Amino acid sequence: MIGSLFGVLFDGFAYGMLLFLLSVGLSVTLGMMNFVNLAHCAFAMLGGYVTVTLMNGLGWPFLATLPFAFLGAALLSILFERVLYRRLYRASELDQVLLTIGIAFVSVAVAAYIYGTVQQPVQMPAYLRGSITILGHTFGVYRLFLIATSLVITLLLVAALEYTRFGAQVRAAVDNQRMARGLGINVDGAFALTFALGSGLAGLGGALAINIVGLDPAFAFTYLIYVLIVVSVGGLGSIGGSFVAATLIGISDVAGKYYVPQLGAFLMYLVMIVLLMWRPAGLFGRR
Amino acid sequence: MRKTLIALCGAVAAMFAASAASAQTVKIGIILPYSGQFADAATQLDNAIKLYVKQHGDTVAGKKLEFIRKDTGGIAPDVAKRLAQELIVRDKVDILAGFLLTPNALAGGDISNEAKKFMVVMNAATAIITTKSPYMVRTSLTTPQVNAPLGTWAYKSGIRKVYTMASDYGPGLDAEGAFSGAFKAAGGEVIGTVKMAVANPDFSAYVQRAKDLNPESIYVFVPGGAQPPAFGKALAERGIDPKKIKVLGQGEITDDAALKSMGDLALGVITAFHYDPNHQSAMNKKFVADYNADYHRNPDFFSIGGWDGMHAIYESLKKTSGNTDGEKLIGAVKGMAWESPRGPISIDPETRDIIQTVYIRRVEKVDGKIVNVEFDKVENVKDPVKAKMKTN
Amino acid sequence: MSAITAQNTAQNTPQAYLRAQARWTPVEIAFWLATLAPYWLFPDYLSLASQIAITALFALSLDLILGYAGIVSLGHAAFFGLGAYTAGLVSKHIWGEPISGLIAGALVAGIVGYAASFIIARFRHLALIMITLGMGLLLTELANSMHWLTGGNDGLQGVKMWPILASFRFDLFGRTAYGYSLIVLFLAFLVARRITNSPFGLSLRGIRENAIRMPALGAASRAHIRTIYTISAVMAGIAGGLLAQTTETVSLEVLGFQRSADVLVILILGGTGRLYGGLVGAIVFMVARDQFSGNTPQFWYFWIGTLLILVVMFLPNGILGGLARLTERWRRA
Repeated sequence: MIGSLFGVLFDGFAYGMLLFLLSVGLSVTLGMMNFVNLAHCAFAMLGGYVTVTLMNGLGWPFLATLPFAFLGAALLSILFERVLYRRLYRASELDQVLLTIGIAFVSVAVAAYIYGTVQQPVQMPAYLRGSITILGHTFGVYRLFLIATSLVITLLLVAALEYTRFGAQVRAAVDNQRMARGLGINVDGAFALTFALGSGLAGLGGALAINIVGLDPAFAFTYLIYVLIVVSVGGLGSIGGSFVAATLIGISDVAGKYYVPQLGAFLMYLVMIVLLMWRPAGLFGRR
Repeated sequence: MRKTLIALCGAVAAMFAASAASAQTVKIGIILPYSGQFADAATQLDNAIKLYVKQHGDTVAGKKLEFIRKDTGGIAPDVAKRLAQELIVRDKVDILAGFLLTPNALAGGDISNEAKKFMVVMNAATAIITTKSPYMVRTSLTTPQVNAPLGTWAYKSGIRKVYTMASDYGPGLDAEGAFSGAFKAAGGEVIGTVKMAVANPDFSAYVQRAKDLNPESIYVFVPGGAQPPAFGKALAERGIDPKKIKVLGQGEITDDAALKSMGDLALGVITAFHYDPNHQSAMNKKFVADYNADYHRNPDFFSIGGWDGMHAIYESLKKTSGNTDGEKLIGAVKGMAWESPRGPISIDPETRDIIQTVYIRRVEKVDGKIVNVEFDKVENVKDPVKAKMKTN
Repeated sequence: MSAITAQNTAQNTPQAYLRAQARWTPVEIAFWLATLAPYWLFPDYLSLASQIAITALFALSLDLILGYAGIVSLGHAAFFGLGAYTAGLVSKHIWGEPISGLIAGALVAGIVGYAASFIIARFRHLALIMITLGMGLLLTELANSMHWLTGGNDGLQGVKMWPILASFRFDLFGRTAYGYSLIVLFLAFLVARRITNSPFGLSLRGIRENAIRMPALGAASRAHIRTIYTISAVMAGIAGGLLAQTTETVSLEVLGFQRSADVLVILILGGTGRLYGGLVGAIVFMVARDQFSGNTPQFWYFWIGTLLILVVMFLPNGILGGLARLTERWRRA
């Protein structure tokens, strides 16, 4: 039983890492500018489709497509930010919800038009398939890859936030936007860049997710719920919060399904509700 | 005064022309989930309908066929019911067709019953659907129809213990129930079972549970689409090899998209199903070739349900010489038998449900391609659930 | 500086304000008369009209908590679904009399709403949204597991309604369904109107604007929120019951996230806090969906998405909000 516990924890952690990649962008941008971007998972979906197009259409190896998944989502988000989002920073939250849901709807239709509604089959390279056994425990190779990638990205993000000037500006803007502006920090510019970064990470997450959960035009909405759960439990504007929340959600989901399958999907929602009732601002939230 | 007279004559003439025209057309309303998460399945079914009409012409028994398509957006029985109502009341359709999803088919059945209209269910697979209306016929399959023979076959082939895993929703419970029932009736033992979350399942936990019991074989049911490949990968990650531990299931888990995604991981999986594009018959080879020519992909079980549904409509209309009365059409289709690309099929005159051959297939590599190879079959399988209802 | 006359103060009292708001404008009267038009103008569309009326009632219930008390709920379909399943189960197991089934649905939704309101009243912002979402999702899972009661994925079978008041049978054309739904909608609307144009309604608006200040003014903030939430739950339950009875089907979608999200979009589209916003939004959204999905089913998402984007860019605060701004500009010009 202990052996399988370890396996369950590992799988849950890997799943949590995927959720983290998909959510961290939304958490930071929501915390920074209070802009409700429900089209976030549409960018993730875009990253997935970039990978599919490059792999199946042009025959690129999987790893080579990942930076482009990131870039594609980041660039498109910059476009949207300039043209549409910028006008609604002062608008009510409900208007932002409506706009971004509209964008998500359009993205689903466009994806269906270009790629069809079928599940995108993607074959991982041989070195990322199957499992390896260490000390009697089997670990999925792809999940190991996922965990490794996410940890590297987390370290990069934290380092950027703590040790660079740009990171300091972002932190200032999240803490107190008015003050930051007053000090002459270009908050709008910092936000645009952070937004691009967050959407790019979502795109990367979408590409990495294909092998675990598949890709079809409905992706933009299916994963929105889980992303919102991670963001709200973790606390807005906090990378550490997203990390811990994603891990918690991932592990409780897998552990729940292993030990008490009758509860199935219940457990994730229960955990979320309990955590939010205990800490309404999220585990690491500021307000 | 003269202008009014001319207008009146024109109107009367138009009325006659219109009614004459309507007497010459048969309107068919197709209700499918063209948008939403089942859109791909609806597309496959609709493609087959279009292909059949293209190959057989749109005139039957001297009447022209007119198709009106309506979208339910997914599982939405209230919408399906309203669309069926509107098709009959507003568009004056003579026949209702399509119905991919069970809740929508059940709702449509109510309307078919009340309006006494011929209804052809082309996919929805829950057994009780055809009991909803005496004017309804089904040309696809029922879940127990393909899973019960698998249970019996499994025991016959030497398997004695099985661990069952099924998604926790209607079709999953139906399938697992039919399989386990038949397996146990033959003498086998179900050593454990687990119900899996329908949405967003991360299979590793469930597969680990199965592995803990070290089963001789595993039976699995998951909805088609993204889940079969995810399940296959979970098996590989946990070190379960389908060539050593037998993996059994309904054919959806090894359809084209799933096989493409799983690759070698799927080799050895044994499934029971009523149709595979790889079925070796001259008729099927032509069907697959024609389908690929128009739509650049293989047909699947959604397509075959649509194809045979259209065949049922055409042949029934021919038998009634174009009379679209519900009673006459259902009378014509009862007992009808024909050769389909899937094999020989017929319509049970008592239940108006489909009787067909269930094939047992194994995933193998043939000429470098991963396909389902049929190696055994059970012929003339009726829906076991309704058969049992009769004897009770 | 104008003299503060007795007349001025009489006209500026809250009671006078409320009295002025409570008067029926000609536009409102025209609107309600127009709802009878489908019987003559669109007799083939009465089923759609009745589903629009039901959605409008559901949106109205959400407006009470969102538009007037500022509570954003992503799980409101829970009450809609509770009402639907209760009404369906009453018909299946007890009897098919419609009005009593509707009342049963309203009661069950109200009781659960009252219990939930204790939790709801404590939270705000994102935590509130996610808690309501989570509760809705939990209820859906519960309904799926209890398939011996709810029929699970296949839906509840065996729902058969008797004629209303023993004379109006639910017919294939939807005539009875539309009349029934419309009358219930109108009665609920009258109640909602009465509530919002009352001192209680004013205090709700105060809570929406500044929840921290209100207790300082002496308004029992949390109790108010609980009250309006319960009322809203009852109304949503009635809407759900109507759907179950007019379509004689109930399936898991009545509880689902999709339905909660749809009604939120509809309300924001029409304009929150105006009572008519939900009604207008429901009409526009459902007619658009019906038309778009008829022509190019796979791509109706595209047109709906575009419609939403355009509305946000050009009509902030929803359709009614935008119209109000336009008429004001026109009146001033």
